[in-house]
Amino acid sequence: MSAPPLDRPTVADEQALQDLFDATIAADHRIEPRDWMPEGYRKTLVRQIAQHAHSEIIGMQPEGDWLLAAPSLRRKAILLAKVQDEAGHGMYLYSAAETLGADRADLTDKLIEGRQKYSSIFNYPTLTYADVGVIGWLVDGAAICNQVPLCRSSYGPYARAMIRICKEESFHQRQGYELLLTMMRGTPEQRAMVQDAVDRWWWPSLMMFGPPDDDSPNSAQSMAWGIKRHSNDELRQRYVDMSVPQAEVLGVTLPDPDLSYDAETGHYRFGAIDWDEFKRVISGNGPANAERIARRRAARDDNAWVTEAATAYATKHGRAAA
Amino acid sequence: MGHEETVYEALDHAHGGEGHWAFGTGFDDPLAGVDTTVPDGVDPADLGEYCLMLGDDALVLAQRLTQWITAAPELEEEVAIANVALDLLGQARLLLARAGSVGVLGRSREKATESIPDEDALAYFRDADEFRSTALVAAPNGDFAQTIVRLLVASTVRLAVFARLRESRDPVLAAIAAKGVNELTYHRDHAARWLLRLGDGTDESHRRAQAGADAIWRLLDDLFVPTDVERRLTEAGVAVDPAGTRDEVRSVLVQVLERATLRVPGWPAEAPPRGRLGQHGPELAELLGVLQGLARQHPAATW
Ligand SMILES: [Fe+2]
Ligand SMILES: [Fe+2]
Repeated sequence: MSAPPLDRPTVADEQALQDLFDATIAADHRIEPRDWMPEGYRKTLVRQIAQHAHSEIIGMQPEGDWLLAAPSLRRKAILLAKVQDEAGHGMYLYSAAETLGADRADLTDKLIEGRQKYSSIFNYPTLTYADVGVIGWLVDGAAICNQVPLCRSSYGPYARAMIRICKEESFHQRQGYELLLTMMRGTPEQRAMVQDAVDRWWWPSLMMFGPPDDDSPNSAQSMAWGIKRHSNDELRQRYVDMSVPQAEVLGVTLPDPDLSYDAETGHYRFGAIDWDEFKRVISGNGPANAERIARRRAARDDNAWVTEAATAYATKHGRAAA
Repeated sequence: MGHEETVYEALDHAHGGEGHWAFGTGFDDPLAGVDTTVPDGVDPADLGEYCLMLGDDALVLAQRLTQWITAAPELEEEVAIANVALDLLGQARLLLARAGSVGVLGRSREKATESIPDEDALAYFRDADEFRSTALVAAPNGDFAQTIVRLLVASTVRLAVFARLRESRDPVLAAIAAKGVNELTYHRDHAARWLLRLGDGTDESHRRAQAGADAIWRLLDDLFVPTDVERRLTEAGVAVDPAGTRDEVRSVLVQVLERATLRVPGWPAEAPPRGRLGQHGPELAELLGVLQGLARQHPAATW
């Protein structure tokens, strides 16, 4: 069922449509794919959803690097299921972007050509198996803080994708944390591995919430549109407050001498984030940017003949027969 | 681990059911609740050895398929390949645990500490000459076409065995086979659908699919000749004689290749078992080097 084509709206119609859109947002109802929406809203959403989808797919790589060497069969199964979930997350999100008129192959090209970004956290290498646990605990943990509010995003397909994704991310976090608990009960080498991984991932995980509010130019508009629900700094604070007690239970030290509890506000204060490093990594000069993109490019280019074959077969036999 | 619960009070515990989680990602003993008594008149050493044959095939193929993760043609295919690998990994874990439960651990316990479960002692602390997998699963992936042909052949062969193994007098093998049949049916179907598209797609995909078939067919030579262990266990009603599956396997493969517009390569002359007796090429040792490296660096660790 597709809606009959609308005639080009007149200026008066346009105002009526804008009013309807504004009323929908104001009432906290969902915008659906066939509803009228301002061009800026559509563009902002496509950019955000595509970046999010790219992050899921590129995010398969750092942990995927340990799939072949996972140190027990149970850990191998857990990690493989997790990396598989991330592929699934990417698929739901690309589908959500497609409801806005984007095209998955085109978005993938933009990623590979560096015209669209992904979360800078995935440009750090995974040096030991403890990194797998720390990514689950901290990176999936930060993703949850970022994404739970998006389950109420004003755009229906995005909100629905996020509900499904958040359930799985919380499972990933639990499994990552469980790996770390197990390692902390293991040998001294394993405990040292966990601490080392925490030392390397803590600060990058704080950067996952994006630049500070006073340096985040698009945030206000996104909040007004109901695409974003909380500011970057608010979410970062929530993440720190959640993580500090978890670190204590685990028995690791977070690498921040300024970290302290402020009884007055009920929040943890933390030290200054190195935003120069963030800018360096997000603009393509992190330790693993080139490698991440090269692998994504190889998956596209080396298998182009497979995609062509599938298309040719479908054309010959008709989709119904396939 | 009561403290884990308090840490996670703040998190959403409604995972929407854990049913979609791959088998064996949970926290339980894989053989919990299964009757593991060895049937009368069966030599436990034979039974364990047979479990290693089936388990090692699954483990090695799972590892090969996992090499495709982050390198597959489509995201849908990443998910599908991971599904197949997870199923095989689940089968491997049950079979290796079964081998361990009847005391077949080879030399693995010389290196693996007590705290390491049997399935991991067997997977991580046996050398290549103690593996009982066939050359079919150890062969490198090649391109996507060759990977698909190998998956088609391996899942067809395994499905033919598992379908018969459901009647095994060993309750554990019968249970593993009953579960595995559904999984393997899906694996075979997935591979067959791809082979149709590749064989009957473009000139290039046809050429690659044919080259893949030619390369993989040679590895059929020692799959249908039983070892002494398989002979004895077949006699005892526990195992399946691979010779009895050959015609069925051949007819399935011929059917798929013909529909895929591919030339069926000549069936290779039968050769005595190699991999089943621990004779392997360098590619298995290489694969195991990666699989086992980290676990062996930390033999006293728990994961
Ligand atoms: Fe994800
Ligand atoms: Fe995740």
